[in-house]
Amino acid sequence: MANPCAVIGVGQTAYKTKRPDVSMAGLLREAARRALDDAGLTWTDIDAVVIGKAPDLFEGVMMPEGYLADALGASGKPIMRVHTAGSVGGSTANVAASLVQSGVHDRVLTVAWEKQSESNATWALTVSGPYTTSLVVGAGGYFAPHIRAYMRRSGAPDHIGTLVAVKDRENALKNPYAHLKIPGISREMVESTPMLWEPIRYLETCPSSDGACAMVLASEDAAKRAPNKPAWVHGTAMRSEPIFFAGRDTVNPQGGIDCAADVYRQAGITDPRREIDVAEVYVPFSWYEPMWLENLGFCGEGEGWKLTEGGATALDGDIPWNASGGVLSSNPIGASGMIRFAEAALQVRGMAGEHQVDGARRALGHAYGGGAQFFAMWIVGSDKP
Amino acid sequence: MPSSDVPSSEPTNHVLEFPGGYTRSVGPVIGRFLSELRDGRLKGVRTRTGRVLFPPVEYDPDTGDDVTDEFVDVGPVGTVTSWSWVPNPRKTHPLDRPFAWALIRPDGADTALLHALDLGVFELGAKPPRRLKTGMRVRPRWRAERVGGIGDIECFQPEVTMINAPSRLEYRLQGGRALDRFLEGVEQGKILGHRCDVCGQVIVPMKGLCPKDGVPTSEEVELPDTGTVTTFAVNNLPDPRAPEVPFVSAYILLDGAGLTMLALVAGIPADQVRMGMRVRAAWRPREEWTRSMANIRWFEPTGEPDVPFDEIKDHI
Amino acid sequence: MRPVAVVAFAQTRHTGEDAGLSETELLAPVITEIKRRTGVTRFGFTCSGSNDYLVGAPFSFVSALDAVGAWPPISESHVEMDAAWALYEAWVKLQHGEVDTALVYGFGKTSQAAYPEVFTQSLDPYYLAPLGVDQVSLAALQARAYLEHTRTDERRLREIAAKARADGRANPSALHLDDPGDDDGYEVAPLRPHDVAPVTDGAAAIVLAAGDKARELAERPAWITGIDHRGEPHQPGFRDLTSSPSTRLAAAKAGGADGVEVAELHTQFSHEELILRDALDLGDGVAVNPSGGPLAANPVMATGLIRIGEAAARISGGTAGRVLAHATSGPCLQQNLVCVMSGEQSDG
Repeated sequence: MANPCAVIGVGQTAYKTKRPDVSMAGLLREAARRALDDAGLTWTDIDAVVIGKAPDLFEGVMMPEGYLADALGASGKPIMRVHTAGSVGGSTANVAASLVQSGVHDRVLTVAWEKQSESNATWALTVSGPYTTSLVVGAGGYFAPHIRAYMRRSGAPDHIGTLVAVKDRENALKNPYAHLKIPGISREMVESTPMLWEPIRYLETCPSSDGACAMVLASEDAAKRAPNKPAWVHGTAMRSEPIFFAGRDTVNPQGGIDCAADVYRQAGITDPRREIDVAEVYVPFSWYEPMWLENLGFCGEGEGWKLTEGGATALDGDIPWNASGGVLSSNPIGASGMIRFAEAALQVRGMAGEHQVDGARRALGHAYGGGAQFFAMWIVGSDKP
Repeated sequence: MPSSDVPSSEPTNHVLEFPGGYTRSVGPVIGRFLSELRDGRLKGVRTRTGRVLFPPVEYDPDTGDDVTDEFVDVGPVGTVTSWSWVPNPRKTHPLDRPFAWALIRPDGADTALLHALDLGVFELGAKPPRRLKTGMRVRPRWRAERVGGIGDIECFQPEVTMINAPSRLEYRLQGGRALDRFLEGVEQGKILGHRCDVCGQVIVPMKGLCPKDGVPTSEEVELPDTGTVTTFAVNNLPDPRAPEVPFVSAYILLDGAGLTMLALVAGIPADQVRMGMRVRAAWRPREEWTRSMANIRWFEPTGEPDVPFDEIKDHI
Repeated sequence: MRPVAVVAFAQTRHTGEDAGLSETELLAPVITEIKRRTGVTRFGFTCSGSNDYLVGAPFSFVSALDAVGAWPPISESHVEMDAAWALYEAWVKLQHGEVDTALVYGFGKTSQAAYPEVFTQSLDPYYLAPLGVDQVSLAALQARAYLEHTRTDERRLREIAAKARADGRANPSALHLDDPGDDDGYEVAPLRPHDVAPVTDGAAAIVLAAGDKARELAERPAWITGIDHRGEPHQPGFRDLTSSPSTRLAAAKAGGADGVEVAELHTQFSHEELILRDALDLGDGVAVNPSGGPLAANPVMATGLIRIGEAAARISGGTAGRVLAHATSGPCLQQNLVCVMSGEQSDG
């Protein structure tokens, strides 16, 4: 069986539209140093570094682990770079955890980031060559039809997406690192914003952010010496499926269902809604909250919107989702998945500050990417498994 | 052309270039260096162990520790610690005649800077000049108009023509055999797919394999240009390919196909598009056809009755 | 550690020019072949290495998934690095004990753009990339530093290239390149065209298996007795280019090169063989790059993985008992991976 692995340090930068005050290395080092401080360690204490980000076209630095190696204290050490599209922040954490679970290393620094302000996200995500069969560009154009399909299938009323948009932005007001802070956010405010890709309104989408998130993962021995309470990894899982094939369910993708089943099995969870205290789930368009509630087994198919409507996912609900404000409030794309994983860890460490869910002992971190085809998840807990 | 380049004379057909160039914030250490450089000064930074890094970075490359805030004058004279000679410069290189790349350690620094070293006029293909040696002493040649970039030093040593260094890469891409065949069909107004031997579904555009079963496919099937909208979005952000805003992007299940294609729908007000609506491809005039999906402008309603949701629900 | 072995290796017949195949089409037959050879169609873990800049568009690895048959959904990851690092990730994953097999693959086409210039995009974006310095020019700086430091004659480089090309002609997967000419000019002095790995399109795959599963899938598994990778500072001016301390360190962590009969080294430039031989303490008796090595075929992102596959093939073919494979990444051998394999399973 895998060796125990704990999160002993978490560090984040403030998420902002632009961070013109730092270099790329400076941005990563800011998050990494905070994670090291939390873990009571210095650069030289680290055995290996795992970094992750979305396509290199964002910053125009190809295979940036080379340029960043010594900036992250990795001279004489192993450094790897993970890329699994939007799920990458989560996959990167899982790969870093794997280095500890395998017994190869005792202290691994993992960092994910995006500095979107160096170029333009739509350009970087949709540059295509002369051979393309798609007639549509942009993430909204891709995902909006699936949201419409969900609404039709489940019979969800139109205002559910608005409720999520309000709830996550209210949570963001309690998170010092969050990017979008909209005092007085309300349904009326969200509904007054234009439809970008109907049925998605402007305030039902995520922002573009600069930012980095880092964690220090540790073996049992190393965790014993950590100054702050660790979060223990109870399970990690990843799943991928092709983007286009006959019979693919794009509303409730099998990859997500299988990934959740795998991570729950490892953590011994049979009833996620009851056994998980708080979840940080990748929701870049508000409607993905009810869709993922179903995909992740928090309720039956077609029932997700009822949980949202009934307030179950609010900070004071029985299963708070995205207490941090989520991707809807901060979205440095390559880091967004790791932020979910890190916020889950902060919750079970009791270190989430104003957005702490009281008594959280077990938390889910979730990320997805591509055409809702790449999934990465972990379960962390306050107790050693 | 250097021999490690593509040996093809075909024109490139794809350019990767972020319009206007990336906007890089440089942070305090690189920023200080570049600001001093713009003023014509070379500054290194001291590490906690007392070494002087040049060019300065925010961290000790050996330990990852922050550097101190002590900036130190170095150079401007420096020593070549290694060099290479470029007999045939690339268009991305800073000089258009033979020159050297050199690692140069300015006096007072403990590390070296990489830069171009100009040794005068040479014929293309020239051998390295004899005076080019490790240990050679060199000075920066400053650009008259400096902007705060590593190119503020034109090069080390005499006269030179500077070329911009754009981040532009050119490619000769191949779509692959399956896609070539598909586009060949589209060029003739045909939509081709492959039937998978295992699942029996028609994959369009075909890829030469079934992504679901992971097996090769080769049985060609011609599909009609009619189909059904399974689900769609109304886009209110402009797209160069769309006729107007708002426009509709839709997943269309071509008749006989096993999976949907993402395409534009037009010829109907956006708020009247429906799931289950029957559509037909709107082709450009035949004389405009090329080997490209652009031959189909978009899909338009056929006017047939809508397909019931039950019949399309397994395709969303 | 849990015993893990290379049980199968497949690669394309690499081409020196564009054969009209997409990256996915290059890869698909290799995946089909390795599934056929192992009889395994579902792997416990899958990991790949690729690079978006080779085609100048994001998400190369997404379309590659079509070649794998990722249905039902698979447990999968991807590194935007040479697939040797994907193999490392898979080896780590197999150490958990939860899964017993892993599929690893890498693919790349350098025929579609000038790779030495594409490589420029991987350099420090403030000090190096703006200069437009390319991969060959940087390698030539290291070659100069090494030749001068060790007082080695440039002619030694030509010997290495000539041997690589001769070995490549005996390898059906490699390019078949002529002997170096006598008066080839410099590409970037001191490197001549034959000292530089050729433009290559290709793909490769490896199947790893643990313990009994490895014995079941292969007659002679190539047991990984040690694998490790280490990095150095990025700026060439911050390093001593005459040696490769990160290779030396990785080899030490991987259990050392003692007793190795064959070494497959990721030498994209002739002089790198000399630097790596020094770093690995390889004696004259060690056969280096009997496949021809990267100087005879360099499908980037698969080249490092192919080193592991070619070295493992010496064990499965029964011609060697202990072998070493090396992969590199970054300018002037910045990052290095060493994988030592044996026909004998180690005790862990």
